[in-house]
Amino acid sequence: MAEFFASLVPQFAWDIWNWFPPLVHYLVITLFKILVVMISVILIVAFSTYFERKVIGSMQARVGPNRVGPLGLGQPIADVIKLLIKEVIVPSQSSKFLFVIAPLLTLIPALAAWAVMPLNSDFVIADINAGLLYVLALTSVGVYGVILAGWATNSKYALLGAMRSAAQIVAYEIAMGFALVGVLMAGGSLNLGDIVEAQAGGVSQWFLLPLFPLFVVYWISGVAETNRAPFDVAEGESEIVAGFHVEYSGVAFALFFLAEYANMVLISTLTAIFFLGGWASPFEGWTFLNDISFLSWLTVGGLHWLFLKMCFFMYTFFWLRATFPRYRYDQIMRLGWKVFIPVTIVWIAVEGAMAWFQVGPWSGLGA
Amino acid sequence: MAEIQSYTMNFGPQHPAAHGVLRLVLEIEGETIQKADPHVGLLHRGTEKLAETKPFNQSIGYMDRLDYVSMMCNEHGYVMAIEKLLGIEVPERAQYIRVMFDEVTRILNHLMWLGAHGLDIGAMTMFLYCFREREDLMDLYEAVSGTRMHATYYRPGGVYRDLPDSMPKYQESKFRNKKELDRMNSVREGTMLDFIEDFTNRFPACVDEYETLLTDNRIWKQRTVNIAVVSPERAMQLGFSGPMLRGSGVAWDLRKKQPYDVYDRMDFDIPIGVNGDCYDRYLVRVEEMRQSNRIIKQCVDWLRDNPGPVIAEDHKITPPTRVEMKDDMESLIHHFKLFTEGYCVPEGEAYAAVEHPKGEFGVYIVSDGANKPYRVKIRAPGFAHLSAMSEMVEGHMLADVVAVIGTQDIVFGEVDR
Repeated sequence: MAEFFASLVPQFAWDIWNWFPPLVHYLVITLFKILVVMISVILIVAFSTYFERKVIGSMQARVGPNRVGPLGLGQPIADVIKLLIKEVIVPSQSSKFLFVIAPLLTLIPALAAWAVMPLNSDFVIADINAGLLYVLALTSVGVYGVILAGWATNSKYALLGAMRSAAQIVAYEIAMGFALVGVLMAGGSLNLGDIVEAQAGGVSQWFLLPLFPLFVVYWISGVAETNRAPFDVAEGESEIVAGFHVEYSGVAFALFFLAEYANMVLISTLTAIFFLGGWASPFEGWTFLNDISFLSWLTVGGLHWLFLKMCFFMYTFFWLRATFPRYRYDQIMRLGWKVFIPVTIVWIAVEGAMAWFQVGPWSGLGA
Repeated sequence: MAEIQSYTMNFGPQHPAAHGVLRLVLEIEGETIQKADPHVGLLHRGTEKLAETKPFNQSIGYMDRLDYVSMMCNEHGYVMAIEKLLGIEVPERAQYIRVMFDEVTRILNHLMWLGAHGLDIGAMTMFLYCFREREDLMDLYEAVSGTRMHATYYRPGGVYRDLPDSMPKYQESKFRNKKELDRMNSVREGTMLDFIEDFTNRFPACVDEYETLLTDNRIWKQRTVNIAVVSPERAMQLGFSGPMLRGSGVAWDLRKKQPYDVYDRMDFDIPIGVNGDCYDRYLVRVEEMRQSNRIIKQCVDWLRDNPGPVIAEDHKITPPTRVEMKDDMESLIHHFKLFTEGYCVPEGEAYAAVEHPKGEFGVYIVSDGANKPYRVKIRAPGFAHLSAMSEMVEGHMLADVVAVIGTQDIVFGEVDR
């Protein structure tokens, strides 16, 4: 395949390409990879809004978007155009500089985290060995944008939203971190690619079952981290109207919106990587499938499996939103500090003890 | 050292949870409410004053616009006060129709309340589920009166006209194919009573569906249990009525305590709460929907078997039929007098109260013998409930304010009048 594409490019072009030093090659290829990942993420975000409206629509006995284009598929594009041509209103009492950069501060970390994401066994933009720490760090940085937005707006509703968001992120960041310590122990590496490799061998080898409590904590914390229902107190539509982004309009609002959905996609993908074997096929261990010619593709891992797993978690996001009432701010705190953090600590201790005494699925780790 | 002031926040009148035009000035410490000061009057339309300038019958339409989610119950209170002054008898069939529509209205109101309360607390799906059933009841309003909301269907002496023999049907459109259309119209083939009966048969399952989403939901319970607790004594002192009073455990229901129309012949129970918190009031209202459904069923059965007049025959007060007017001079004169001057009501005063979905809705009329009331005073249940707002939210959190607004079932049409 690669040779075929290479043969399409004329020889003189290859000569010019080879004339550049390797550093330039590296830069160009990396930039190209970044571009591909960014565009796909943004497209996924755009269509996940459509997906969300359709899913919630069918759950709520209505149809969802169906007017723009076939099946309403043009709706995300129409929404983007609408938001782009709207005026960005900067409140006169706000700190203008902070007000404008706040949405960027939320969006950039949400996109930058994709750098270490192993999308396939050989596709990752930056294969760094502390990938997990990098992801944790960047997802935490995103909250600065929210706090700054709430503060810079100089509105009481926005300030309340920012305060809620700050408290919530601190609580859930810890639970999330502890849940990932368990993954780190089981995977034996901070590199996301290695964590996926450690889960090779079918569903039974995934961290989902042995780390089930951590999976639940991580997933729920992820929902809380992205400010999605039932943890959407930072926006709390019926209480503080829209929380931190109450005064944002047009493109500035679109950036917040983009960041929120990019974070959802990110959390969904990360959950798939940490607990559901990333790009690995769920039928990996079923060797008898290889004998049936038209089913043998099922056992091969690849990007499509990661995409399907991500879609499943995105669906769960929407499902939660359609089903649950909103938590109150202090109840979220209680859940985070008094339930999730103890659960994760206990399970890490269990995991460590089992590894030390050579029992269960982690018998190999202690050695 | 500078004195520490609590944070003052303006909640509404443009606010998604303000249920119209509620303006609350909140004093908060962090997220805890110190004081809530409701400002009313943003929807004041001077209904009472307007009623003084018009013949009695022309104000029935204003009553719909008081509590605009339980229209016919408002009309009922008003026409009952006039009937009391006039001392006329309402035909039995009209009384059954009124009771049936009062209960239809109760379900309409409680569905609106459940949807809005759910939406306020974040259960978005609730709202759309409730509106699905509301649509059928709105169709009943439309079939019987021609409008979906402001029906103006009750009259002193009965109701405007008898129940129709057919229901309006859905029509084909670009987004609705034949099969879908037949499914939607299948329940609308018979008479209106058939349609109502079909509704009463499927409605309990709908209520079960709402309850599976909320009643045992941990988050819902965390948000409503022990929020805004009102003791029975305090509830009476505050002038609560309806589900707000029954939620606190006081078994007070005008339909049982001073039955009007044919409520004394109906078989139904009145649910009461135990703790007087938001959750109990939620349970009370949900159970009331089931009880209303029972009453509607009984009315349908009676109405099927007993045809008859639906409005008093006294043409000094009620209009004659079109047919009579064609060849009867007397009827023509009655018609002309009624629709220009109206009728004169004997001197005196009367108070009539109905068990409105929100509580006791009373109308007090003073007449000086003219064709217009001398004074009309409307006792709106929501006003008393809203007065207790500060007491109910003190010490709770900002998010609970929304739950309390929901549980009070506030509608500003009646509060501001």
